[in-house]
Amino acid sequence: MTIQSLDPRVTRAAIPQENETEMAPIPPLDQLESYEVFHLETRGDHPVHVGSLHAPNPEIALLWAKEQYGRRSRTVSIWVVRTEDISVISVEDADIFATTPEKDYREAKGYRVGGKITAYKRQNTTEP
Amino acid sequence: MNDTAALRDLLLRMADDELIIAHRNSEWTGLGPIMEEDIAFSSIAQDKLGHSLGLYRILESLGGAEPDAVAFGRSEGEFRCCQLVEYPIGGYDFSLMRHFLHDTAELLRYEMLERSSFEPLARLATKIKGEIKYHLFHANTWIAQLGARGSEESHARMQSALNEVFPLALGIFEPSDYETELAAEGIFPGEAALRGKWLETIAVTLEKGTLILPSLDAVTPAYGGRKGYHTEHLKPLLDEMTEVFRIDPSAEW
Repeated sequence: MTIQSLDPRVTRAAIPQENETEMAPIPPLDQLESYEVFHLETRGDHPVHVGSLHAPNPEIALLWAKEQYGRRSRTVSIWVVRTEDISVISVEDADIFATTPEKDYREAKGYRVGGKITAYKRQNTTEP
Repeated sequence: MNDTAALRDLLLRMADDELIIAHRNSEWTGLGPIMEEDIAFSSIAQDKLGHSLGLYRILESLGGAEPDAVAFGRSEGEFRCCQLVEYPIGGYDFSLMRHFLHDTAELLRYEMLERSSFEPLARLATKIKGEIKYHLFHANTWIAQLGARGSEESHARMQSALNEVFPLALGIFEPSDYETELAAEGIFPGEAALRGKWLETIAVTLEKGTLILPSLDAVTPAYGGRKGYHTEHLKPLLDEMTEVFRIDPSAEW
């Protein structure tokens, strides 16, 4: 007996009802490379990491990334990069950054000229 | 009114090709070789369905019936698609090769039509250009991949698919009774011109895939579809495709 399905394609495929061979796990290395996908919504945007996918090579990674990450939202460009090629500072080492929030003297907000700039601009803007 | 007859014939050929190949390619949905590829091929099929709708709408504006009635209400003999698109999906090698040979012709045809004197068609051609560009990017990538960068088996299977599909694909360019009129009116330069460009273009990609095109003298183009003569595969496809529509043709969706 083969599988009879509401989906005519499945019925046509004449798949035996009983699994003749035991389901075996796939060998651990029998899989495609992993790629990270970056998405640009408008020209000149920074690429934003949107997810990852498996593919045999960069060209096919692009083919598939277009459909998986570029088919619903506005897109002008997609980047893919082999996950292996990305070097990271591990989250485990986040203590490297622990005191950063205290160093606010490094931030531009430390300069108190914002108000003066706004006032200057207002003075020098000619009404249309 | 002869002009309209020529135009309607051209539009119907194109629309029926798009509809039937869309349906065939959609048969891979859920059964594709790998999930990501399944998504890509299904999305391409959906685009093609959209192209056929665009063309049926133009036909409607020329006084034809509404798109659903034309797509789902005709008998086999009224279809003007080429036989290439009717064949069952076969293996993924066959489906990919058909996709490549069909979509190269499709891209070149719409490039020609962007300059058509018939504005609705020129507008549609411009609108869907990007979609077809991706379809061909998909097809070309796979031809190069499986032809030249895969295994001995993948190369052999793509070559044998090419030998099988090439004569069918030549059926795309079956001359119509209106070639002279369409060219004279600046609507479409003609099937022969398109075929010439197509042969040049596929040669470049096939070389990248180290695949060899059978000699033109050795094959017989699968003509007949454009005149309503179809293979035994079209009828069962239409029965399946229209099954739900026929339950209640006036249903609102």
